[in-house]
Amino acid sequence: MALLSLENLWVSYGKVEAVRGVSLAIEPGEIVTVIGPNGAGKTTLLSAAMGLLPSRGAMTFDGVDLRRLDIEARVERGFCLVPETRELFANMSVADNLLLGGYARRRDAAGRRRALDEVMERFPRLAERRTQPAGTLSGGERQMLALGRALMARPRLLLLDEPSLGLAPLIVREVFHIIASLHGLGVAILLVEQNARAALETADTGHVLEAGEIVHSGPAAALMNDPKVAASYLGGR
Amino acid sequence: MNAQIAAILAMDGIATGAIYVLIGIGFVLIFAVTRVIYVPFGDIAAFTALTLAALETGHVPGTVGLVIGLAVLATLLEVAARLRARRLGGLPRAMLLTLVLPLVPVLAAWLAAGRDLGMAGRVALSLALIMPVAPLLDRIVFRPVADASVLLLLTVAVVLHFGLVGLGLLFFGPEGVRTQPLTDAMFTVGGMNFSVQTLLIVAASIVFSGLLFLFFEFTLAGKALRATAANPTGARLMGIRPATTSTIAYVLASLLAGISGILIAPVTTIFYDSGFLIGLKAFVGAIIGAMASYPLTAAGAIFVGLLESFASFWSSDFKDAIVFGVLIPVLLWRSLGFRESEEETEE
Amino acid sequence: MTARRLRLLGVVAVALFALAPALVSPFSVTLLNFIGIYALVALGIVLLTGVGGMLSFGQAAFVGVAAYATAWATTAHGWSPWLGLILALVLTAAVATVVGSVTLRLGGHFLSLSTIAWGLAIYFLFGNIDALGHFTGISDVPPIAIGALSLGSGAAIFYLIWGVLIAAWLLAANLLDARQGRAIRALRGGRILVESLGIDAFRIKLATFVLAALLSALSGWLQAHMTRFVSPAPFDATAGIFYLLMAMVGGIGALGGAAVGAAIVTLLRNSIQDYLPLVAPGVAGQLEIVVFSVMFILLLQRARTGLVPLALRYLPAAKPAPVVDARPLPRRPQPPRGEPVLRVEALSRRFGGLVAVNQVSFALGAGEILGLIGPNGAGKTTMFNLITGALRADGGRVLFCGTDITRTPQRHIARAGIARTFQHVKLRPAMSALDNVLLGTYARTRAGFVAGALRLDRGEEAQARFEAMRQLRRIGLADRAFDPAGALPLANQRLLEIARALAADPVLLVLDEPAAGLRRLEKEALARLLVALRGEGLTILLVEHDMDFVMGLVDRCVVMDFGAKLCEGVPVEIRRDVRVQEAYLGSVA
Repeated sequence: MALLSLENLWVSYGKVEAVRGVSLAIEPGEIVTVIGPNGAGKTTLLSAAMGLLPSRGAMTFDGVDLRRLDIEARVERGFCLVPETRELFANMSVADNLLLGGYARRRDAAGRRRALDEVMERFPRLAERRTQPAGTLSGGERQMLALGRALMARPRLLLLDEPSLGLAPLIVREVFHIIASLHGLGVAILLVEQNARAALETADTGHVLEAGEIVHSGPAAALMNDPKVAASYLGGR
Repeated sequence: MNAQIAAILAMDGIATGAIYVLIGIGFVLIFAVTRVIYVPFGDIAAFTALTLAALETGHVPGTVGLVIGLAVLATLLEVAARLRARRLGGLPRAMLLTLVLPLVPVLAAWLAAGRDLGMAGRVALSLALIMPVAPLLDRIVFRPVADASVLLLLTVAVVLHFGLVGLGLLFFGPEGVRTQPLTDAMFTVGGMNFSVQTLLIVAASIVFSGLLFLFFEFTLAGKALRATAANPTGARLMGIRPATTSTIAYVLASLLAGISGILIAPVTTIFYDSGFLIGLKAFVGAIIGAMASYPLTAAGAIFVGLLESFASFWSSDFKDAIVFGVLIPVLLWRSLGFRESEEETEE
Repeated sequence: MTARRLRLLGVVAVALFALAPALVSPFSVTLLNFIGIYALVALGIVLLTGVGGMLSFGQAAFVGVAAYATAWATTAHGWSPWLGLILALVLTAAVATVVGSVTLRLGGHFLSLSTIAWGLAIYFLFGNIDALGHFTGISDVPPIAIGALSLGSGAAIFYLIWGVLIAAWLLAANLLDARQGRAIRALRGGRILVESLGIDAFRIKLATFVLAALLSALSGWLQAHMTRFVSPAPFDATAGIFYLLMAMVGGIGALGGAAVGAAIVTLLRNSIQDYLPLVAPGVAGQLEIVVFSVMFILLLQRARTGLVPLALRYLPAAKPAPVVDARPLPRRPQPPRGEPVLRVEALSRRFGGLVAVNQVSFALGAGEILGLIGPNGAGKTTMFNLITGALRADGGRVLFCGTDITRTPQRHIARAGIARTFQHVKLRPAMSALDNVLLGTYARTRAGFVAGALRLDRGEEAQARFEAMRQLRRIGLADRAFDPAGALPLANQRLLEIARALAADPVLLVLDEPAAGLRRLEKEALARLLVALRGEGLTILLVEHDMDFVMGLVDRCVVMDFGAKLCEGVPVEIRRDVRVQEAYLGSVA
């Protein structure tokens, strides 16, 4: 059974339909990517799945109707979003940001401590900067903090919105390595990216979103070799 | 004015200011967490004073009726909301929070009627009685509009203040009260007399501000509150419920307001509607702190206390006018920092 | 119900209303008079808060200033009430101008908080000044007289009150449909939008504030001479809340809401005063304010828009006036092709520790299309905000047609001929598409508040409407001219912003991601439009992500990355540049 399934999802801003009948499914441990141009509705799709935006259509997570869970209940069940804007607590220290990442498991102090150790091990740079305010980090470190903070909740599904946004090419490479390594933890990932090439190379399955509708779907490798997709999104090489 | 008078005025001003500090910090706390500019906050302080006075005279305080009414209403709303959303799982816990817990001090007050609890017992009971009021009002009044603009929330808060003043008259009656002094002790330093009560006021203000700081700095709940204040969306994505944080914020702030009510009750006669002016003055302090900085708010509140003290020496008729007169230049100075941010738009 | 039947019904209702003093009891006439008096204040609040977005709790204080002014002048000095009216209006306008000049610079909720402060301050003044009778007030205020006809009775003053109200209502409606009124309606879009149209936001706010105060003054004058008595109580903070309640019950966004809200609140208050003692004897006085607070809070929770907008949904919409052919608005001369239009020299801007724009330089000649490209977060939008004056630069210079505009306020830059669109569309969603484009013509027209209210601006207005329609036709939205802008698809809203910018007759058009969210055919149409504009001599600077769109359209590109300029050149060179491919087109993971 799919971990997350969206069926015929519609999202509108007033009378503007930003997402138009999108259906997709993610199996446990799978990496699925949604690529597409700016303004295609990618961020809207993730926000609606997280419950930040109202939507129409069916959404289930691990067999549970998501509409019966508010955002916080989704997080408690291991359904976590790392938004495009990161949403770090800029004035609070790196360590405090990570601690709050484990808020959903606030009754499990031991588990939280273990998770903190694991995250510090995975991101040595965060360990070095643990007392520094999050607002003073560089772009790449912020993205790592956002990922680390999400991992503190022991997610089963991570929604990642443009993790490469505004990062230098070298850092982008590092971020995608980390995403690929999460695969090993058994975390399923729904990855929304403008950097189509990197996203498709990391993912198992890909979808192309245009003007709110999925126009191509398939195994990521097949999409990479699809001449239409290549021409539009892979930068004409 | 000679140095002696100036010193007395300054002492007096600092004591008054210390009371405003507690309320001012509460304003900042509530605004940071909920975006509500909680205009009726002074009323909470005044109601605590009235509660304490009622307990002193052996009456059942009006707070009892107020809390019962609010608890029942909040519970009904909670049940209705959960029935509608078909999320009945959390109902027992919600009932515990909105009905059982608030009614515990009510029961205590009812059992204690006519008995002498001693000063400490009366103070504790007054605080326990006032604490559920603001969180319950939050559930009833603000939660349905929690996502509205700051301006709409402000309008609601202003209207709520007028409603509360009406309820205050209903539950506490029109008489002014002045409670027994916490202590009559005096001491002399350098040829000047100080009352221990003044010292107590200042000490209480320092202690409770300090406790609040420790809470924010060293507990997960305190950090969750700071996180909600700094970035509500980010906090929700961590699983931090805004309803929970706002309840904690209101309980803490009510405690602060309650303490200031208890401190002010022996020094000033308090009526059911005295809260507005007390609250507004503390509010001037909070604005000096830009509704964001706790230390600046404390400094601002002390400044307001001093200003009031010296103004009443020059012209007691116009002391209030002078304090509010200061508000406009302060607002202007404060708003300069907001120049580049885009104003809120509503549709 | 058909429109004709509705109109008939309206005529009958008005006729019956005019006969009211003869038909109903004197007490009911008094109630109607109070409704009219309160509605004037509520009308001001609708203009100020509902339309202009400035929330005031202090309008009752202005009612008080006027009431005291006329009461003092007519009792202590024996002036005629008409002279009292002039004094009341002048004094209120003066107080409002002073208070407004100080407090309207405050943003958002700080402004509203200050209204509580000065509302209280003015109220305390009434009670503490000897000449105004302290808290006992002034009695024996004379009635208004027209020649020999004294308006001492309720029935007589009825016609004056409702005449004034209806006149004020019509003038306000006219104003909102004219140039300055549209500027008021734009205020809620934020200062950046308003100033980008060449509008002086502060001046418009102040004018609206004074206008609302003058409506309160009229109300205060009528009140003083109708009740023949003035005391501080009716002008305290509670009264301010009641006025706000009236405006919100009726509908804070609709002029008609003022009268409806005033009627509902006044009648309700009256019946509560009648019935509450029956339900709860002994505590009725205390309960009144509680009951009203509960109702107000329920209203804010459940029906923020108020009743009139709700009712209007069920009535046929008024037919908008058609756009007629008119003489075109005069155009500004465009600089000759190739002449330098924009020159950016080592421009920098920091946000905290982040350098968003770092020493960027480039130039743009007349009749050229320049594309500014780069990954998200490269600083392109910041660059746009620096050029248009929405942000201040930390270093460097911007020259427009040879003039240094680095420190020029945004609205002067707009008036000099730079028109822009926004990455996140800034339209007024409730205003029609045509009205949104008309906002663009603001800097090219000159009708003032009085001309707008009295409809003396119709010649110029026709020209402006003709121009706006021409631009709408150009982007292919002429058939949606009268639809609310918010009802258009996002792609069309972006086009609408371009039409609004074109209506300003700019020299330089600055477009922030105009093609985002457009489909292929729409993009092609947009590209054709931009090429045509270039053909007319317009200079265009644009940020865009769609490389095919950019490369096929622009003459030259400037590539930014991490706030700095990476390189500059014609599209072919840019496509070949390895650095650009690395930075922008996506590196290999």
